[in-house]
Amino acid sequence: MPARLSELSDEYNVTQNTFSSLLLDPEIPCPKGLVSPSGKADAKRFSVYRNNVVVGLTGALADIFPAIQRLLGEEAFMSLARLFVADNPPTSPLMFKYGSGFAEFVEAFEPLKNYPYLGDVARIERLWLDCFHEADADPIAPDALAAFPPESLGDVVFEKHPAARLFSSQFAAVSIFSANRQGASMEGINPAIGEDCLISRPDAQVDVRQIPQAATVFFQSLFDGQTLGEAANAASVVDPEFDISMAISTMLEAGIFSSCKINNEEPDPTGR
Amino acid sequence: MLNATPRPIPADHKYLAECSVPARAGAGLKGQHIDDVLSDEYKMGFFEVHAENYMGEGGLPHQALTQIRNNFPITVHGVGLSIGSEKGLDNDHIERLAKVVDRYQPGIVSEHLAWSTHDNHYYNDLLPVPYDQATLDRVVSHIGQVQDRLKRPILLENPSTYVAFEQSTMSETDFITEIARRAGCGLLLDINNVFVSATNHKYSPEKYLSEFPLGHVGEIHLAGHAEDKDDDGETILIDAHDRPVADEVWKLYKDVVTQMGPIPTLIEWDNDVPEWHILRREAKIAEAILDAVPEHPLLGERHASAAE
Repeated sequence: MPARLSELSDEYNVTQNTFSSLLLDPEIPCPKGLVSPSGKADAKRFSVYRNNVVVGLTGALADIFPAIQRLLGEEAFMSLARLFVADNPPTSPLMFKYGSGFAEFVEAFEPLKNYPYLGDVARIERLWLDCFHEADADPIAPDALAAFPPESLGDVVFEKHPAARLFSSQFAAVSIFSANRQGASMEGINPAIGEDCLISRPDAQVDVRQIPQAATVFFQSLFDGQTLGEAANAASVVDPEFDISMAISTMLEAGIFSSCKINNEEPDPTGR
Repeated sequence: MLNATPRPIPADHKYLAECSVPARAGAGLKGQHIDDVLSDEYKMGFFEVHAENYMGEGGLPHQALTQIRNNFPITVHGVGLSIGSEKGLDNDHIERLAKVVDRYQPGIVSEHLAWSTHDNHYYNDLLPVPYDQATLDRVVSHIGQVQDRLKRPILLENPSTYVAFEQSTMSETDFITEIARRAGCGLLLDINNVFVSATNHKYSPEKYLSEFPLGHVGEIHLAGHAEDKDDDGETILIDAHDRPVADEVWKLYKDVVTQMGPIPTLIEWDNDVPEWHILRREAKIAEAILDAVPEHPLLGERHASAAE
């Protein structure tokens, strides 16, 4: 085919490059070459695809961030979600991974600057979904520590359960998250008081519990492979009144470890 | 049930194609229905899941699907492979699909004649392809890639479309017939999609179905659609999956299964998902139609030729 002729026919070829560039930009008209039965480009018909994409992606965000939607109201949330979607289409066909940059987007959004805690609420919601889909593992038994001689307890190290996360906020993001996930009132919450939480999946259900700051340091030290004794010391630096027995019962209840052993020893084959 | 014998997947010469899915009605599996489904005395013929929803590592989705799998045949329907993609398939995604298939051993694996990913962006919608030679070659090669990894034939689903490509050089049915022949895949006939596209492009759904290679069909989909108007004020139908199956679609379905004989038939309901008993009622309508059709249908000869 002469070069000229092939250029001419290409003019009507709608590539996926063209098609996709138009999906998230309603300002550009329907491309030539996509037609209705009357043989002409039909904006309304092309907008069915635009609408499917935008409704699908904003709906996915609403599913991932229900507390943010409740806080903003459905209409404001959807406007915000449309803006996010237009600049941040998913990069994976796994929709449950979508929205990783949403917290930063919300924080940078000028009209919401008086609600600086929204970003952290969104981060907790994103972590919630990460934990929901994380790999399965049996948590250590509630009496796992009883298997060690008392004098060796300080040397015990743990392996983190795949579905365990820690999060610290300089705002009351945990209380705000919980109230809005439960459809409860926010009365009595002071957003300016910082909060920490432990996110885990003791059974199939994801559990978000508020913990003291020293407990965050304690659990993080254990996640990092430090011994129980080292982690207790690190927590006491943050809070001399650190309640280690409370923290230990929290971690056993929340199922945040999948195995434990005395440091530098082989794991107990009974799995305790 | 008389008509519940699994039928062979009418596809591929290369891979063993056994199908454990009975020729009964099934329903798309929704998380909110799991408890109702498991405690229901009525046992659905099978459940279909979207592969991508089970590509997480663990947790509740896998726990629930394992329970369902222990009690029912299942089929896996991919929505994210982007078979029509101009830039090739994502091998990581094929691996993820293979993992789901290995884990749950579904009776049927299917995907769409569509694309959804371009330049690393995923649009979460089934976007249309032109029916020309270049697209045909590409789709055939992509299906081969997937089947070679899964070591089993897949079914490819006909799309619902809202615009046509001027660059198309063949009809949708010729295009799909050629894909099935060359790729050695089976077909998933979505009769709601046929009705939606026929209305949108002003052709007869009956004529479309008379040209569709029914001998390659291993499963049927039914769903509800919404109605809108285009720029000319003409009716366009949207494949919304948000309501009961339309009467016209039931009629086409009855005609098709009378020709083909009983076949696994799925009711899809993905938006505004109703309570379990409403979805079950739709499946029971399909089941009643299946029960009334002869086991040895008019298409016997075409089946024989497709199974060669």
